[in-house]
Amino acid sequence: MDDFFLGCGLFLVGLMFLSLYRGIFGPTVLDRMIGVNAIGAKTTVLLILIGVLYHRLDMFVDIALAYAMLNFIAVLAAARYFQKRKGLDEELY
Amino acid sequence: MKKNAPEQPKLDLPPIEEGKGSASPYVATFIIMLGVWCLLSGRFDAFHLGLGVLSSALVSYFSADLLFSGPLTGRTLRMAFGFLGYLPWLLYQIMLAALHLLYLSFHPRMLELIDPQVIRFRSRLKSDVAQVTFANSITLTPGTITIYVNFHRDFSVHAIDRFSGEGLPGEMERRIARAFGEE
Amino acid sequence: MVIAVIVVVCLVAGLIFFAGGTLGLLRFPDFYTRLHPAGKLDTSGALLVLLGLAVYQLFPLTLGSVLTGLKLMLIVVFIFLASPTATHAIVDAGFRAGLESWKKGDPRR
Repeated sequence: MDDFFLGCGLFLVGLMFLSLYRGIFGPTVLDRMIGVNAIGAKTTVLLILIGVLYHRLDMFVDIALAYAMLNFIAVLAAARYFQKRKGLDEELY
Repeated sequence: MKKNAPEQPKLDLPPIEEGKGSASPYVATFIIMLGVWCLLSGRFDAFHLGLGVLSSALVSYFSADLLFSGPLTGRTLRMAFGFLGYLPWLLYQIMLAALHLLYLSFHPRMLELIDPQVIRFRSRLKSDVAQVTFANSITLTPGTITIYVNFHRDFSVHAIDRFSGEGLPGEMERRIARAFGEE
Repeated sequence: MVIAVIVVVCLVAGLIFFAGGTLGLLRFPDFYTRLHPAGKLDTSGALLVLLGLAVYQLFPLTLGSVLTGLKLMLIVVFIFLASPTATHAIVDAGFRAGLESWKKGDPRR
């Protein structure tokens, strides 16, 4: 069973790298934010998978909960910050 | 500067209910906080439980009005149970719509299938809780995102294709109205 | 044995949802449409994966494992509360900044 969980975790890491493409090359700031948010959502699940692999789930569950909350607050703060900027789609590189 | 400011048009807001004189919001907040404490700490000896009681009492004393804005009545309980009864249907809808979105995102000619559009409609839900539940349910159902809700209960919803948006407001609004007792 | 089948089915279904969300995030043509798979297929995927893991760690049945399972469900509840709020915050920021929506026939952005 552990091998299966390891495979799931590696698959999730691959998906996170794919999401990172949107985080780096996304044409606007908000696209990057979506990418980062998607990575955060996957990280929460990945932390719990790691906890199952190390047989210390009771500890990793708390870490995952704290991470989910931090990710949520970070996205809210970033969205509020960029709300005031006009012309996000004409961003200069 | 402030003296010459034009007078704001008066809005017909319901009077804000003060939760004073009733202990029920404090008790309910205390019970919820203590439950979360027990769940998160996982230790049931006297020391940890005592700390939990102390901190739950402090939190409920300072911020009971954040969770419940008025005294608790039988209506609040009925709304809570109605909401619990609404959840399974919502989960079923989320899964159905997630499958549709999954089909869209794996489809090789996806660009021909999607047709983004903004749908506007006026809801008939009255209470704030019902409107928030409705807006969040729309956002949770894949294929539709609530862009904004204004004071007059006008909803703007972004739908990814015709199929996702055609069911709005429809059955979801009816079920929420029934769950929160607004029939 | 039955438990193992349930766990594997839940995890594989959740991972398919995650894969669909990531693929949609990469393929969809504009900001608003990308928000749909990113914000919500991930939510459904997290629900399924965490449900499967909660069932897996529930055996042998002790007080500690029940508490851990409840904590996992607490994470699911938190994700279901937080995800629509975050999605709404992002779409609101885009709407107020005046991003144009993609129309049929436009090039991919």
